[in-house]
This record gives sequence, structure tokens and C-alpha cells, in this order.
Amino acid sequence: MDTTGINSLRNGPDEEGRFGIYGGRFVAETLMPLVLDLEREYRAAKLDPAFKAELGDLSTHYAGRPSPLYFAKRLTDHLGGAKVWFKREELNHTGSHKINNCLGQILLAKRMGKTRVIAETGAGQHGVATATVCAKFDLPCTIFMGATDVERQMPNVLRMKMLGAEVRPVTAGAGTLKDAMNEALRDWVTNVETTYYLIGTAAGPHPYPEMVRDFQSVIGSEIKEQFQASEGQLPDAVVACVGGGSNAIGSFHAFLDDPSVALYGAEAGGHGIDTENGHAASMTGGRPGVLHGNRTYLLQDKDGQILEGHSISAGLDYPGVGPEHSFLHDSKRVTYAPITDAEALEAFQLCTRMEGIIPALESAHGLAQLMKVAPTMDKDQSIVLCLSGRGDKDVESVGKYLGLL
Amino acid sequence: MSRIEKRFAECKAAGRPALVTYVMAGDPDLATSQAIMEALPQAGSDIIEFGMPFSDPMADGVAIQLGGQRALAGGMTLRGVLDMVETFRRKDENTPIVLMGYYNPIYIFGVDNFIAAAKHAGVDGLIIVDLPPEEDDELCIPALKAGINFIRLTTPTTDDKRLPAVLKNTSGFVYYVSMTGVTGAVIKSRGAVGEAVDRIKSHTDLPVAVGFGIKTAEDAAEIGKHADGIVVGTVLVDAVAKTLVDGKATDKTVAAVRDLVADIYSGVKRARG
Repeated sequence: MDTTGINSLRNGPDEEGRFGIYGGRFVAETLMPLVLDLEREYRAAKLDPAFKAELGDLSTHYAGRPSPLYFAKRLTDHLGGAKVWFKREELNHTGSHKINNCLGQILLAKRMGKTRVIAETGAGQHGVATATVCAKFDLPCTIFMGATDVERQMPNVLRMKMLGAEVRPVTAGAGTLKDAMNEALRDWVTNVETTYYLIGTAAGPHPYPEMVRDFQSVIGSEIKEQFQASEGQLPDAVVACVGGGSNAIGSFHAFLDDPSVALYGAEAGGHGIDTENGHAASMTGGRPGVLHGNRTYLLQDKDGQILEGHSISAGLDYPGVGPEHSFLHDSKRVTYAPITDAEALEAFQLCTRMEGIIPALESAHGLAQLMKVAPTMDKDQSIVLCLSGRGDKDVESVGKYLGLL
Repeated sequence: MSRIEKRFAECKAAGRPALVTYVMAGDPDLATSQAIMEALPQAGSDIIEFGMPFSDPMADGVAIQLGGQRALAGGMTLRGVLDMVETFRRKDENTPIVLMGYYNPIYIFGVDNFIAAAKHAGVDGLIIVDLPPEEDDELCIPALKAGINFIRLTTPTTDDKRLPAVLKNTSGFVYYVSMTGVTGAVIKSRGAVGEAVDRIKSHTDLPVAVGFGIKTAEDAAEIGKHADGIVVGTVLVDAVAKTLVDGKATDKTVAAVRDLVADIYSGVKRARG
């Protein structure tokens, strides 16, 4: 099947790193030469069979790919509509989809001769995956994490430290992912000669959105292959949560040119989309602007100052989104909808009790969206959720919310 | 000849580098900030860089981050920055004003609206940190067409191969960032700065000003040996911060900035011996 035709939605980005008007390279001059180097190196690596072979081997034997596609029978019966499937990214090594991207980028960092790695993290899943690959490849790493997130994701902070990473809490702003990214960029500008910035989501200056998407696209490709093998056709819908949106773009990309497959992205609706500064749904509640190297939908005030936003989920608590999602939102190929904290908590509990799988709060947003869509579908249809991460990191936070502690 | 070009020519004729001073618009409040701005030329400032506060200043160190937060908390907006320039221009027609900041507030204001309003207010140049030459179509080209200088940052990572692309649409002057780092960090090698200035000058006839990390009259005198201009910012924003009581301006605030500029100006004057 031709998936790169002229009308394909899979052609982006263009040479300037744009998906329509979104994306680009809005960074300080200090970083530009490196960003261009990275693009060259990535293009070369993509064509290098040795790179592909090494990444494939690591994916299989280190990360544990392919991740299973699981039929969630009790949830299907409970919802009374479409068959519910989980793409089990939470079973990957380190407990989320983040390892897919980290393995790819650490190989690039090595190719580029960088001797130090930095990363930002929200929920800590990307921080843990980064600390993991840095341990394996013997590179020192510093993880920037908002002070608020350090508190609400303590298990991941401990994991990072045990893996040998330095965790730097960032107290600026609300102490969440946006602030961590600012601080990581400041470090990068300062140590650009030696340091590789391992961005965890499909956002930032070109080529990051493209590169991270490519490394995460294995999720959607496997869904397609596994579903075909099991059911002999394409699924009818795919759902994923969207913060920066790396698991979502990874899940969606293989299906963008399959119009029969409905695609749903769950944004963090926080206290509700009508609560000012009380959510992190940048596409539903924001407008296009420029931050962190790219043009994309952003939560901002009327003067273009960026808002902090809010989500119960540290991984979705970011006022922007990857530029390709902004493009897919405008083109209406993907339906993005907000899920509130309360809806995510309910989905978290349902999944835990009915399937015996404790999902990450991020992934629970995706599940909550699925719970709205599946009952409206026919029983012979199928809907796949990217279960992007496991919820071990969240048990304490959720326990507090539920009054169990 | 633009106000910026004229000013550099005057300084050159006087045998000294130009002193470029950065202050944050609206820090800590509108009236104090306006008074600081108006005190700068008399204290020795040749060119005023006026910071447009932004919530997420990714290339700035802590001092300027905090200055921006104070300005935003005091209600400063991009419209407010332009109004301050307009007020300044009624009293001073000669001191060039360069707005420095990040792209998003301008993008949201609307590029065409912004350029028209900046022109009307009497803005001479723009330094937009997150608009490299790769994004020239966004603001640089429209600004140049309107006769506003677009001043580009060059850095130690901008090598000879890349310099021509960076200088292509640069006008007014070239701003050499003395280090890889955020504003207010420490210059590791002054000698390397001189070499870099010479390297840039071999590519362009534009004046080259050096900034990031210049804190004292001694720094100014030393760096000013090679550079056509020296830029101070962090120390001035810090000087504002040190005079505040409970976050509010005191009768020492304007004087602190004025005195510091006068001191650094003494370094500028003796730079060429």
C-alpha cells in the first residue's frame, strides 16, 4: 500500500521541519549548529544498516519488544460496545513506551561523540528510561524535573538516582514539565559542546518531533501487524493519551492514511476545560504560539505569556503539544478531547480492578476516552488503547486522592 | 543612516566602544522602570536594550528571569513596552532603542501590527533570541522592510561556515555572545572573545558588540579593547533587585542602576587607553 502519496498525512515534516504551519526551529543561535548536526546525523543513521540492526537487537533483547496486544475481555463486557484491546507498552523494560525513543537517541548520542546526556521529565518515565540507557551505555546524565513532580512521582526519582542519574529539581514556575524543559534548555546552551539533549516527547526544535515519532512509530506498526495477524483486518479505532504526545504519535502514525481507523487523543482536562489555568488541554483550550523550539498549540494568555496549566498526571501537565498533533488537530484526522482528573481516576480504578493492570495516570486518560467511545461502537468493532505506562509510580498519589493513606 | 548606525559612528569617532545597557521593561513597576530608562543616557548609556518580559526566557540566567517575573507581576505587556518607548521618545530623539526578548508575545500581538506599532513608538532594532536565520521569514524580513534593524546573536558555536548565513540579514550591529551559556554567566577566556570579535569582523563591516558576562568597569575596559560595543544587562537587573523592599521599588532603585552604568561607562572610556 502506498502510504507516501502526495495526499498522505505521513509526509511531514518538510525540509524546514514544518508540519503545515507547525514545528520549525525556534532556538537560540548557540543551539542551531548542534540542531543541524543532529539532523544530519539522524539522516545518516536512518540509512545505516548497522544502526538499524543495533536498535532492533536492543528493542528485542533489552526492551522486550514486541509488546503484546491484549484483548481486555472484562472491560469489553462491562462497556458493552466495541471489543477493547490494550497495546501493552507498560510491559516494556522501564515500564513505559519511553524506552523506545531513549534507545534510538542514545545510539545517536554515541555516534555524535557526546559525553554527557541531559533530559527533562514530567512523570519520571522518560527520566527513568534515560537514566537506564545512560547506565547501560556508561554516560553521565542529569535529569531536570519540576519540584512539584519530584514530590508526586517519588518512586521514579528514586529509580533515577539508583540508576546513577543526577536529578535536579526545578523550582521555577509551578515546578512542572514546562519548567524542567526551560532548565534543560539552559543547561544545553551552556554545555552544548559535550552534551546531548535527549528530549522525551515528540516536540522541540526540528528534528526532534520527527525523530521521536520515528522511534515511537514501532507502537502503531506493531498494533497493525498484530491486529492483522489476530483478526485479519484493521482495528476500527486507536486511542492514546496526549501530553507532548509521543506515545500518541507513535500509535497513530501507521494509521494516518487508513481513513477507516478513527484516531482519538486524550488531553489532560484537569479540573475541567472551563477552569482557567486548571487544565493542560493545549489543543482544546489553547491556540498556536511558539515555545521550546516549535510552533504548536499552547496554553497562553492574551499577551502570549505561557500558562502553567494543571493535570493530576505529571506526564500530561505541559502547556504545549508536539507540532504534528497540532497539524493533525487542524486537519481533523485525529479527534482530540479533554479528560478530567476525575474521569482519569475512575478509569485508573476500573482498569486495575477489572483487568488486573494498574495503568499510569497518563494512560488512564486514554482509557477514559476509550470508555466514552467504545459503548457507541458496534460489538463486532474493535478499539485499541495504547497503554503507555504502568502505574506503580502513581500508587501513592492515587492512594492519597482516594483517601487510602 | 539609522539611529543605531549613527550612534556607533559617533562612538568610533570618539575612540571608544559604545555602551549598550539592558534593562527589563516594567521592572519592578512601570513608573520606576520609565525613570530608569530615562536616566540611562545621562549615566553613559549609548544604546538601550529594552527587555520584553516573557514567562519562559530559555536563554536567560536567574537574574533576568526574576526581572521578567517582576515586570509581568507588575502588569507589563508588549503593548506596555511599546508605550514606554513612545514616552521615552518624546524626551529623547537620539538614543537608539533595541527591544530584546522572545518571539511568542510578538507572534500573538501579530507581526504586522507589532512592526507598525514599534515603528510608531520609535523602536530602532530587535533582538529576538529564538529566531535564528532559519526562521527569517517570520519577523526578520518584515522588520527589515519596515526599516527596523534586526540584530543577530552570534555565539562561539557559530563557525566560519555558518557566519555568512547568520550575518546575511543582520543589520545595525552584530551581538557576539561571549560564551555558550545563559545571560549572566562567567566569561571563561577574555582572549578568546577578542579573537572571536576579529573573526566576525573579517566577515562583516557591521559593528560588533559583545555581551553575556560583562559585569564590571574592568570587564568593559578589557573587552572594549576589541569590541565596537559592550553590553551589560544582568548586573543592572540585579542592581534593581538589590534595592527592592518586599518586592517594591525604593528611592534607591533608580540611583543604583544609574550609578552602576556611570561606573561601567568609566571602563568603556578607558578601553582604548
